[in-house]
Amino acid sequence: MQTRALQAYFGSTHAVRDVSLDFPANEVTAIIGPSGCGKSTLLRCLNRMHETIPLARVEGEVLFHGQNIYSPDVDPIALRRHVGMVFQRPTPFPTMSIRDNVAAGLRVQPGERLDRKQVDAIVEQALKQAALWDEVKDRLKGSATGISGGQQQRLCIARALATSPKVLLLDEPTASLDPLSTQKVEELVYELRKSMTVIIVTHNMQQAARVSDRTVFMLSGEMVETASTRVMFTTPSDPRTEAYITGRFG
Amino acid sequence: MSYVMVALTVVAAGLAIVPLVAILGYLIKQGAGALSLEFFTSMPKPVGEAGGGMVNAILGTLILIGIASSVGLPIGIGAGLYLAERGGTRLANLVRFLADVLNGLPSIVMGIFAWEFLVRPIGHFSALAGGAAIGAMMIPLVTRTTEEMVRTVPQSLREAALALGFPRWRTSLQIVLRTALGGIVTGVLVAVARVAGETAPLLFTAFGNQFFSTKLTQPIAALPLQVFVYAISPYDEWHAQAWAGALVLIALILIISVISRFVVRSKHGRAND
Amino acid sequence: MQTPSLPATVTTPESRTLPTLATPLAGSPAAPPSRVSIEGTVVADRVYRAAIFGFALCVPILLLLIFVEVGVAGWPALRQFGFGFLTSSTWDPVAGQFGAAPAIAGTIITSIIALVIATPLALGGAIFLSDFAPSWVRQPLAFLIDLLAAVPSVVYGLWGVFFLLPLLREDVMPFLRDTLHLGATPFFRGPAYGPSVLAAGLILSIMVLPYIAAVSREVLMAVPRSQREAALALGATRWETITGAVIPFARSGIIGGVILGLGRALGETMAVTMVIGNRHELSASLFAPGYTMASLIANEFSEATNDVHLSALMAVGFVLLLITLVVNGIARWLVWQTGGSRS
Repeated sequence: MQTRALQAYFGSTHAVRDVSLDFPANEVTAIIGPSGCGKSTLLRCLNRMHETIPLARVEGEVLFHGQNIYSPDVDPIALRRHVGMVFQRPTPFPTMSIRDNVAAGLRVQPGERLDRKQVDAIVEQALKQAALWDEVKDRLKGSATGISGGQQQRLCIARALATSPKVLLLDEPTASLDPLSTQKVEELVYELRKSMTVIIVTHNMQQAARVSDRTVFMLSGEMVETASTRVMFTTPSDPRTEAYITGRFG
Repeated sequence: MSYVMVALTVVAAGLAIVPLVAILGYLIKQGAGALSLEFFTSMPKPVGEAGGGMVNAILGTLILIGIASSVGLPIGIGAGLYLAERGGTRLANLVRFLADVLNGLPSIVMGIFAWEFLVRPIGHFSALAGGAAIGAMMIPLVTRTTEEMVRTVPQSLREAALALGFPRWRTSLQIVLRTALGGIVTGVLVAVARVAGETAPLLFTAFGNQFFSTKLTQPIAALPLQVFVYAISPYDEWHAQAWAGALVLIALILIISVISRFVVRSKHGRAND
Repeated sequence: MQTPSLPATVTTPESRTLPTLATPLAGSPAAPPSRVSIEGTVVADRVYRAAIFGFALCVPILLLLIFVEVGVAGWPALRQFGFGFLTSSTWDPVAGQFGAAPAIAGTIITSIIALVIATPLALGGAIFLSDFAPSWVRQPLAFLIDLLAAVPSVVYGLWGVFFLLPLLREDVMPFLRDTLHLGATPFFRGPAYGPSVLAAGLILSIMVLPYIAAVSREVLMAVPRSQREAALALGATRWETITGAVIPFARSGIIGGVILGLGRALGETMAVTMVIGNRHELSASLFAPGYTMASLIANEFSEATNDVHLSALMAVGFVLLLITLVVNGIARWLVWQTGGSRS
């Protein structure tokens, strides 16, 4: 996935300024920066979620498998089925059971309808991948709002994984979680790049250092620096990056 | 001074419920005496004979509620969804305002409108015209509750569905509407309870029917209509039947109200656990 | 490799097999895994948007239809009798003369009686419920008042015919006229039949009370806590807080609630028809039978023998429609100003 001269606006606010980036396949890319720097907005441009907000608009290109996702013949809904997303706070569907939450994305997939067994197999697979299976396997029919916040967040990850997306976008996925749940999610992110491209927005630099292969640093809507995570955290080339990662601001 | 005024508010609140107690008390006293199993199973008796029932009117009211719901619910829920999802636009504000104005429309005006619009061109009274008239009265109520309930669904839930690849329409219907369903059902039941007792819109549409009829294209009996006709008649037997009918009508409305409160409670219960 | 160190790695075989398992789902229409189909149009969403837009349009269309249909049907009578339709008190279907003044006057008088009686009680009750009632009283009392709003008009009418009218005839009217000597005024004069403008006003007051109470309570509860606390902090008593801080803040909402009640009273049909006596006469005495616009229509519509009569009744409906639209429009506007939301 790549961005080319990407600009994003909220009305007259210019939130993302001229960002051109490559997100290498099967790697974890972390986007860091102080709050309000446009990192979440950038992420939301990658699956065309930005435009769902009134008065928001996007210019420039985002290439997904070589195709510009902002070209008029692209259906944002079809795109989102290949680009999963997990939000800051857990968002289980309260009217659905745990199983139905995980299977929710499957119901809107094009093509043949899956039978019960196939769905059950995929649900189990996704929950195992999200390291949640053992905790919920006996209560799959239970309410999705009846489990802890950390479990709910992993449920949302499982829901995103069930449709086997090519790219997974994580928007500060551990911001509302306790340390133990955070660790579980981080382990999970680390594993996921074997099968997909992962892009994670975080305000936590230690987390970026722990889970990512590459890191992007943003400031005031601009991309300041991008490099492999090790290089970024040991020998950053831009003084602003250095100032940020050594904790002098932000 | 202060205490006197506070005491006066207590008196006012007390006086406000005196009529209710008086009406319900008198209704139960008069109605219970006239009520029997026969009332639910038999047809009305001719003048001068005691007993008989209102099975045709009870069934008629249920049929009218059915027709009204199939008119009022889709339009009301659809318009409510529009107001909730397109909230800020000028058209939405206009629709919201007009829905509130429509809510205050005198029911007799709805009655003569339905006669002019549905009865006169066709040439005869019908259950369909009556049901449509009271269905139209449900629209503003259902619209406003649907809007209010859909607004309580967090935006994050919509985003989660969209990000999973749900089209807008499925997000709206399968995620948002389903989440808000408890509250909407309550609003719908309140609307049903309100129109179940409506009489004026039925006077010149459903018209009433002394015989047993379930044909939608023919005049049909309705409980409130029957109560009205019997109440203003000069016969004591019919007066007794009117009381029994009124009691059944109130019981029906009370049951619907209680169910609607129960629905709200169970919804909150689920959200808390 | 620039892989950062991770405390624990969980390698499960499942995570590798998942893509193969799910390939037929994700990429199914287009073939090879390298090519992903994201093209398409959003037809269903457009249909959905058009549908809910269409449902929303039903509301203004319905109102417009009512306006046009009733207006057109009443137009012949309005044209024939002109302004005299509103001012003449002759209503003679046989002679083909129609003037709605008695019905219009009856509507206004009964509504005023209703508001004069209901407003203080409803407002007092609402203040009690919002500021003084202990919580164990508040819930059931609010429920009871809501229930009063759910009782159908025809049941009020039934109660009016068999309980209120005899009470007025035997006790209340003689008491007002003779014991209190109010018979000396033109308003409480004449024989005590029972069915009367007074009876209609009384039953309307009972019917609009819950509406006014419910809206007032809602508006009072919407007054921010800080308003009350600011006044209390200045040393005001709780009652002074109500009159000095809460009511001024909620004033336009409360007035809106009262006008909303007025809208109900103006259009209320069945109960009024059953107790007002249905007579085309203008009398100063509240003991005399009368008519309201709504009860006139309800009573004569099915017996309307000729086109002029029918058109005259439609015209009465049109006047009633206009009055209630204006009244309700003003009421809604006032209630919205203070942030109340309910009917």
